Amino acid sequence: MEKTVNQKAWFLVLPVLALVAFSAVIPLMTVVNYSVQDTFGNNVFFWAGLEWFSNMLESDRMWAALGRQMVFSGIILAIEVPLGIFVALNMPKKGFWASVCLVLMALPLLIPWNVVGTIWQIFGRVDIGLLGHTLDRLGIDYNYTQDFFAAWATVIVMDVWHWTSLVALLAYAGLQSIPDAYYQAAKIDQASRWKVFRYIELPKMQGVLMIAILLRFMDSFMIYTEPFVVTGGGPGNSTTFLSIDLVKMALGQFDLGPAAAFSIMYFLVILLISWVFYTVMTNLDKREGK
Amino acid sequence: MAKITLDNLAHSYFPNPKSEDDYALKELNHVWNDGEAYALLGSSGCGKSTLLNIISGLLKPSQGRILFNDQDVTNAATAERNIAQVFQFPVVYDTMTVRDNLAFPLRNRGRDERYVAERVQEIARMIGMEAELDRKARGLTADAKQKISLGRGMVRKDVNALLFDEPLTVIDPHMKWELRTQLKSLHHEFGHTMIYVTHDQTEALTFADKVVVMYDGRVVQIGTPQELFETPAHTFVGYFIGSPGMNVIPAMVEGNIATVNGSRVQLGRGYGKLDGKVEIGVRPEFARLSANDGLPVKVRRVEDVGRHKIIRTEFFGTDINIIAGEDATIGPDMNRVVFDPAHVNVYANDWRVEGEAA
Repeated sequence: MEKTVNQKAWFLVLPVLALVAFSAVIPLMTVVNYSVQDTFGNNVFFWAGLEWFSNMLESDRMWAALGRQMVFSGIILAIEVPLGIFVALNMPKKGFWASVCLVLMALPLLIPWNVVGTIWQIFGRVDIGLLGHTLDRLGIDYNYTQDFFAAWATVIVMDVWHWTSLVALLAYAGLQSIPDAYYQAAKIDQASRWKVFRYIELPKMQGVLMIAILLRFMDSFMIYTEPFVVTGGGPGNSTTFLSIDLVKMALGQFDLGPAAAFSIMYFLVILLISWVFYTVMTNLDKREGK
Repeated sequence: MAKITLDNLAHSYFPNPKSEDDYALKELNHVWNDGEAYALLGSSGCGKSTLLNIISGLLKPSQGRILFNDQDVTNAATAERNIAQVFQFPVVYDTMTVRDNLAFPLRNRGRDERYVAERVQEIARMIGMEAELDRKARGLTADAKQKISLGRGMVRKDVNALLFDEPLTVIDPHMKWELRTQLKSLHHEFGHTMIYVTHDQTEALTFADKVVVMYDGRVVQIGTPQELFETPAHTFVGYFIGSPGMNVIPAMVEGNIATVNGSRVQLGRGYGKLDGKVEIGVRPEFARLSANDGLPVKVRRVEDVGRHKIIRTEFFGTDINIIAGEDATIGPDMNRVVFDPAHVNVYANDWRVEGEAA
């Protein structure tokens, strides 16, 4: 059948275009607007070109925050993905306990970020917190407001507590889609537990794991509320991740130009890493199919 | 290679089966002789796969024992039983090449690489996939994947038994015939005990030395294709095997005469008093149309199916099918049907009654 050519059909896209413009493009443009201008107050702006961008690129503060951010995302991915898979593998496959597990796993995901932060902030306090006080009594020097290592450990454990469930639930969904015949065939073929994981479970989970890693990467890269509530970015700047730094810059110091330039670069970095990651994974997939 | 004995075996998927209806597999005693090829035939849901999974150890029976030769393996794990099983839908290891897929069962058992390579080559030739050996299994078509599954099942020479669970369902008809031939020649060559589950009677009758017919969780008959055809032990066997199946007509039987709706049918044997639901069963092959004797019927239509004709008739609300040669003439006055007395079987409550020689 011949396709009908009708260029007027483009008008059907208009509503979406308008919606996206209002929801995303126009707000983003205001940021772009600030990023290329400077002001001395009184709402008078003048053209600054790419000065803020070059300033930011030379700023040690920005690079330090980016470095911390990378380390943080790297660590939580390295913990949450294997741990999530491990949890999913050990969850019951069906019946009453499967439902119980699912509900328990989903609970942390339902708690608002700042509540999670508050929970851990109190939990870790040496004077009244269950965790902090216990560790203190055991003779372990733990104080997340003063000790660099304790602060990082608290923020990481908190994120693992909050988000491992997501990886586990996605991995569990992937595992549930494997027909019984695969496990039966593996038994007939006398495959070891490791080989069952390596050749049956892992390949079947690949798709959902990719989504899980992507989601966890983006989310952790943008983390703000929880570390802000727990450590406020301290001690010193040790847990000041990109978002926290950005807010300090934009709202604390009211440096709109640098903050706008920072935002745009921040956005581009996330976009770039996600895109690279996605492309690599899908290409890997295609090559294997050949 | 082993003789497989099922002793008092039964299985229910319920933890506490109450009545016989709760059993997917009803009590069963049977010996699968070493080196024979069996087909397990029955409609969907009759317990065929349950039985197969019990033999391979994927399922633990609710009661009874399984013996390989004289060794009790009821509680042995699948791996210990050294059995090959091929499932209805293809199972391949996606990320492995075809070669590694075929080698997998051998490598897991620690065979040396030279032997593995040789064996894989042999099997690849058998299933016609030598050219694809180095491809990843992921991108292959369903029937190529199923051929790999079959190949993995056949790659070990020393298995106790080869079990096939409707393995050719997803394979196209031409390849089906070829693979079935391969399986048969494999059987002749190595003499494995083979059990082949299917619901396709042609497949069962061409593949096996002996056909085991199951119905509603019970084995209703075990026999050669000819026995199943001539003396079906249960009306289900008569109806399930043959195309069209056996004609089953309610009757009253006395001595060597059956009375159906006032007409008399001569039987080849004599029968005593029969209780319950009494029926006679005649294969369409042993019925013919006649002008002057036999049961009065209404001829409804004649189907020409090539080598023969199927005549569909009605007798007081019961369908009677007749198979006539392709050159048989069917006259307008031929509205009676005659049965060959030697091939009229008598059934009481669906089970065949062995008569006495008249």
